[in-house]
Amino acid sequence: MSWENVGELGARLRSGETTPAQLADHARSAIESLASLHPVLRYTGALTEHQAGRAARMLAESPEQAGPLCGIPFAYKDVLCVEGVETSAGSKILEGFIPPYTGTALQRLLDAGAVPVAVTNCDEFAMGSSNENSAFGPVGNPWDPSRVPGGSSGGSAAVVAAGAVPFSLGTDTGGSIRQPASFCGVAGFKPTYGRVSRYGLIAFASSLDQIGPFARSVEDAAHVFTAMAGHDPRDSTTSPLPVEPVATQLARGVAGMRLGVPREYMAEGLEPGVRAAVEAALAQLEKLGATLVEVSLPSTEAALSTYYIIAPAECSANLARMDGVRFGLHVDRQSLTDTYLETRGQGFGPEVKRRIMLGTYALSSGYYDAYYRQAQKVRTLIAEEFDRAFETVDALVCPTSPIVAFPKGDKSDPLSMYLCDVLTLPVNLAGLPGISIPCGLSEGLPVGLQVIGPRLGDAQVLRVARAYEAATAWHTQQPPPLPAASEAFA
Amino acid sequence: MTATSAVSTLDQVMERWEPVIGLEVHGQLLTQSKMFCGCSADYIGSPPNSNTCPVCLGLPGVLPVMNRVAVEYTVRSALALNCEIPERSKFDRKNYFYPDLPKGYQISQWDMPLSLNGHLTFTVDGAEVRCGITRVHLEEDTGTLQHAGDILQQARSSVVDLNRAGVPLMEIVGEPDLRTPAQAREYLVRLRQILVYIGVNDGNLEQGSFRCDANISLRKHGETGLGVKVEVKNMNSFRAVHRALEYEIVRQGRLLDQGQTIAQETRGWVEAKGATISQRSKEYAHDYRYFPEPDLPPLHLNAEFVDRVRAALPELPQQLAERLQRENGLSAYDAATVTAEREDARAFESLVAAGVPAKAAANWLMGEVARLARESRTPLPGSGLGLEGLASLIKLVEAGTINGSTAKELLEELYLAGGDPAAVVEERGLGQVSDQAELERLVDAVLAENPAAVADFQGGKEQALQRLVGGVMKATRGRADARVVTGLLRDRLAP
Repeated sequence: MSWENVGELGARLRSGETTPAQLADHARSAIESLASLHPVLRYTGALTEHQAGRAARMLAESPEQAGPLCGIPFAYKDVLCVEGVETSAGSKILEGFIPPYTGTALQRLLDAGAVPVAVTNCDEFAMGSSNENSAFGPVGNPWDPSRVPGGSSGGSAAVVAAGAVPFSLGTDTGGSIRQPASFCGVAGFKPTYGRVSRYGLIAFASSLDQIGPFARSVEDAAHVFTAMAGHDPRDSTTSPLPVEPVATQLARGVAGMRLGVPREYMAEGLEPGVRAAVEAALAQLEKLGATLVEVSLPSTEAALSTYYIIAPAECSANLARMDGVRFGLHVDRQSLTDTYLETRGQGFGPEVKRRIMLGTYALSSGYYDAYYRQAQKVRTLIAEEFDRAFETVDALVCPTSPIVAFPKGDKSDPLSMYLCDVLTLPVNLAGLPGISIPCGLSEGLPVGLQVIGPRLGDAQVLRVARAYEAATAWHTQQPPPLPAASEAFA
Repeated sequence: MTATSAVSTLDQVMERWEPVIGLEVHGQLLTQSKMFCGCSADYIGSPPNSNTCPVCLGLPGVLPVMNRVAVEYTVRSALALNCEIPERSKFDRKNYFYPDLPKGYQISQWDMPLSLNGHLTFTVDGAEVRCGITRVHLEEDTGTLQHAGDILQQARSSVVDLNRAGVPLMEIVGEPDLRTPAQAREYLVRLRQILVYIGVNDGNLEQGSFRCDANISLRKHGETGLGVKVEVKNMNSFRAVHRALEYEIVRQGRLLDQGQTIAQETRGWVEAKGATISQRSKEYAHDYRYFPEPDLPPLHLNAEFVDRVRAALPELPQQLAERLQRENGLSAYDAATVTAEREDARAFESLVAAGVPAKAAANWLMGEVARLARESRTPLPGSGLGLEGLASLIKLVEAGTINGSTAKELLEELYLAGGDPAAVVEERGLGQVSDQAELERLVDAVLAENPAAVADFQGGKEQALQRLVGGVMKATRGRADARVVTGLLRDRLAP
């Protein structure tokens, strides 16, 4: 394992002590040693070699101009498209799909010289909170392989938490970066909606999806965010505003900042260990000079049901292209209807089918006003409540998840699984930036502190998170060594 | 009456029933690129699936980017049809599964279209008809399918071509204000003419860049409610629309006369059978589950933009026809004929600008030139003769240098080959014999050579004069003015 951060690896690359290819090899062997956790679906093969060579040339030609990510190995979630590398979205229906194009966020990382090594396991079409919905099997949490890593970006969180790569990419539609970051004890950042292009991200819910990094430090997450962020002519929902420079913000600390603590996020339902860790973190922030203010977000209660109308409605349309006509699974039947039914019936897993049906129902003639239109109104209310809160505070601080990583198979009914995201999904509904950083352990398992900022206040969020991280050592905690393979299955 | 109702004719049905017809027109926009990606919107003739990219193939992970020119063209069309342009509009997803629809939804507009509340006014049999336009909105075209069999459900195999998928498509929804197949046809003719004039559509019904669906129901004369409507598709000519509507009126009228009810359904026009056949009944009607397209921000069209498009709106055919009557003294009929096609109207104006009298320009364009253009499949501007050559030719006639029949022969010869008519006339000595003394000499010679004809004429046989005129024309190899020759002959033969 390599626990070095992006800055340390960059220094070794520039001193000639190592090469991008060596780092990539090392990352690959580290990932292979995690096989029992099953965090990775495939390696990026020729692309890794090609990109390592490109990074080496960039470093040789102008080491000063090469950015901090040049030559740094990483892994990305199986919903991001890279030309020539299979992307299956954790689904049988897309097994074998090789995109003929590269998405914008990935392209920007490639242009910065970062070296992809592996494609990470995730919940099918990013739908889930435990990574147990992957068609290719669940992922184990590095802190306790019998427990889930969170989801849907479970594989991406696990490879960073286990020290195999310094950073990885995930996607966050209702908490799919922040919640697994919390469960695995790493930093996971969901940028403002529209700050990172979604072009090349296989859509789950278009108005909520956002790509973001996992890293072992806020600084590394900021490097990755900076490389990806900014307007993209291929994604009309990206903001045309320039990206605020993050690096200068990071070191400014929280002294004098007003931080809001949403009453509803500290209510009953928090595990005692989670509450204790988060309260200690809030005290730490106060000690660093921030003023804590209690705020109220009364519509929080309605967020879950709002989310489970809007997200399934959008997914019911987004997943319609998986029809067996042009790519992916095709089950041949006599009639067109049977071909559709069999292809989609065999190709999609139960959670994906459940959400497609929920969304189809919510959009149906006669139900649209009662469900979808109503949900959009509540969504606006939720966003307005956040806006009002940010009139008086600079950022919000709260737990990322009410619970720590739970045992695999523990939440077999969908509703209890949906409740895992109750503290993260309002942020997606409002389109805000949010990060989860490690803030303690509860019964030996990581607890995450969530920092939420106003729209386009990405740098502000990273600044608060960095200030906390600089004053604490939770982000340097490493999971216990994995049991040997024979023990893992004992 | 009821005993014979099963075989009622169209006229009989229309005595008892009033048709209510509304038309939906889809027009492909003449943009460079497709609606949401950079592929060419000109897809005709490309090898199957070659004019495609990840976006119009609907691959996982791609996003649409709106074509601004398509929005401008739609606004231009809406303004030409007297529509209002709301400041805010948006795109929606229309969800249904079909192999020619790559994403499983069509990006269209549902409750906030680009434009609303327009109208089109025209004349049928001397009476003015005003048809409301409910809305003009923007969407994307689908791909095309080819089946081994008539319809997909019965096909052994089908192939998909997505070259057309994503081409900008404008939908013009008309109010049910039309009452006869003739009105429906004229509405389409006028609508097509406008779209072609303003440069947004090529008006090709055969290739489907301009297509029409019709909704038709019958009701008792004097009633204001609406009967059960039937949607008719697959009509790819004005004539087909006319025939299909006539067919439906008779079909529905006979059913109603027999006391039966009309099934709400979609029917397809089958040209070869001259009949409509049922395609889809209401029970199988789609629930399209429209919802706002989350990948595209709502559209804000400010007044400044709309004003700019309005100011740049070219002269519409009706305005042009009125101006040609006013400024060039054309009859209403000639003006309508000359302005029917935009290219003809342009040619007419060029000829007049080049000094050709308006009436002559109209006659030549609508007569001989139209015939040659049709037969040679070469429009005048692309012909060898061109506008300049035609102007010069007509002026030779008007100046009396050549006569009409010489001009027609020259036009025929030079239309494709090209050449300067004045030079050819000069070179071949085709100019009219207009020297009075010369003509008188020829007339005298012909009279001397044809005593029988002279005698016949003087004996009261008027047609004998034609033989004498023919003789003079022959002697001049057709270069004399027949009217002048006739006059000279009458003078000489006058008692």
